[in-house]
Amino acid sequence: MPGPQPVAKPEVVANSKSQAEPLIKAGNSHIADRAFYVAMLCCGLCVLALVGLIVYELITKSSLSWHAFGSRFFFRSEWDPVNEQFGAFPFVYGTIVSSILALLLAVPLAIGVAVFITEMCPRWLKGPLAFTTELLAAIPSVIYGLWAIFVLVPLLRTYLEPFLARYFGWTSGITHRFGFQGPFEGPPFGIGMLAAGIILAIMVVPIISSITREVMTAVPQQQREAVLALGATRWEMIRTGVLRNARAGILGGVILGLGRALGETMAVTMVIGNRPEIAASLFAPGYTMASVIANEFSEATGDVYLSALVEVGLALFIVTIIVNILAQFLVWTVTRGTPARSHA
Amino acid sequence: MPETVTAPSDAAVVAPLSLWRRAMNLLVTFAAGASVILVLLPLGAVFGYLVYKGIGSINWAFLTQIPKPVGEAGGGMANAIAGTAFLLLIASSLGVPIGIGAGIYLAEYGRNRFGNLIRFTADVLNGVPSIIVGIVAYGLVVLSQGHFSALAGGVALAIMMIPTITRTTEEMLLLVPNTVREAAYGLGVSQWRTALSITLRTATSGVITGVMLAFARVAGETAPLLFTAFGNQYWNWKINQPTAALSLQIFTYAISPFDEWHRQAWAGALILIVLIVLSVSAVRIAASHGMLKGSN
Repeated sequence: MPGPQPVAKPEVVANSKSQAEPLIKAGNSHIADRAFYVAMLCCGLCVLALVGLIVYELITKSSLSWHAFGSRFFFRSEWDPVNEQFGAFPFVYGTIVSSILALLLAVPLAIGVAVFITEMCPRWLKGPLAFTTELLAAIPSVIYGLWAIFVLVPLLRTYLEPFLARYFGWTSGITHRFGFQGPFEGPPFGIGMLAAGIILAIMVVPIISSITREVMTAVPQQQREAVLALGATRWEMIRTGVLRNARAGILGGVILGLGRALGETMAVTMVIGNRPEIAASLFAPGYTMASVIANEFSEATGDVYLSALVEVGLALFIVTIIVNILAQFLVWTVTRGTPARSHA
Repeated sequence: MPETVTAPSDAAVVAPLSLWRRAMNLLVTFAAGASVILVLLPLGAVFGYLVYKGIGSINWAFLTQIPKPVGEAGGGMANAIAGTAFLLLIASSLGVPIGIGAGIYLAEYGRNRFGNLIRFTADVLNGVPSIIVGIVAYGLVVLSQGHFSALAGGVALAIMMIPTITRTTEEMLLLVPNTVREAAYGLGVSQWRTALSITLRTATSGVITGVMLAFARVAGETAPLLFTAFGNQYWNWKINQPTAALSLQIFTYAISPFDEWHRQAWAGALILIVLIVLSVSAVRIAASHGMLKGSN
């Protein structure tokens, strides 16, 4: 985005007042300008204040739990509101596993979609396809959850999970040797980690693919032409000429998707099963950091309970912020010079 | 830009494409096409099911009545539809002026370190999970009022709208050529008047795009409303009372064990999605016919 040059100050008008008759009275425009500046500055400060407020609220409201459990909070797996014993490990585990599962499913698909839209598809199809994939991002999380409960979960229960158990059940033979349950072991409930991972994957695909598209478009056209001129096939051109140059940005998109998956609440809450247990099987129910807050916050009795939930929120906040900053930096490294280069 | 292309030997250039290379090319083309289909499949499935399950349950009663007690057939979501509108009204009246103001600040005065700081914070705020925003609104409004309220829900949604509006407003104002500003100054128009009546006016359609995007984004939000607006089975028009919302109602009904409620959840979801898709497409059309094209 080319920034504007420093704007000519209206003082010029005021100075020339003595020689020529002024077009309009410049009398109190200085005061008005000043007031306008201050008002706009206040709006800007609001944004700053909001983030400050979020940090302040989260830190002060979680201090009770922090003092009671310290850093062990994140490694304990006890969650017992009655005896006021809290540990967030099952939620951390559930958040990480469901997000990673989502990325494993979403990343190849999202990159495939981006490659197809930017490099392969006919020009007339480009706009509609891009719009349709982005429509996926406009569907509210609660509607994904609704769909998942009544359509995805029954599908998983009757088809996919028995299929996985039958053909990939042998993996438990390996994991049992290390004392773990297999990833496709146990009764196929439908509801559980796998359902959460799949619904999250559907939700992060549009984010990853739109960023990937953006950074791929930022790769100069000459790069493609040069590789093609050397006799490369289209795929070789995409691989060496485009994807390799855009990889930092694509990684940024993937991390941005991770940020979204980590903080996603409603759809996951509706299908993950909401049990604070740690199970290696993807068929088993779990719990995530966001969904424990969603489920228990409004009925949390007792200050320590509430404070423990806010501490889970604080941890989630810190992780998503770091992830988002990292992602934005990576995308920026690829797209920064784009406008200047595309003029050439 | 890293130098990725090394000059191949002459032999490689003139040699006919090996079968392997051609097969690989075909395979990847096929895989990319297949991934598009795989991604569009859930989209089609979601919309298909929404229409299939929802359309039969939308009737006059659904749109005009409040929920019936469990076990009684009928009833509707009128209070939730109105509640969503009410919450969005509160959120917009708080979030839109602040968002646009911050955008004006960034575009007109923000070419410095402090502007960069605000830009960065807006991006950070954009990435905050919605459930966290709910916790903050709870701490700010619910705790100080002592009970759940529409205001708390509105504040939570406003916090989510602000960063989107700020950044798009800035982007759109920066698209206005500087010569336009200079022309205004040259005529002796004061700076504030230029910013509002000339620059902002020129960028109106772009700014509206940003506002509508933010609007569509929060219209279906559920997580930040769970412990702020809280939900309500009855009508509510008081700003300091708990209020129903379409998204909350869908959530409650979806996880309930009653078939009648499931049916209504689908109908509510259909109404919500129609609302959102309409506003997003309206924005698309407005942006492509407007004076300035939207960013996307």
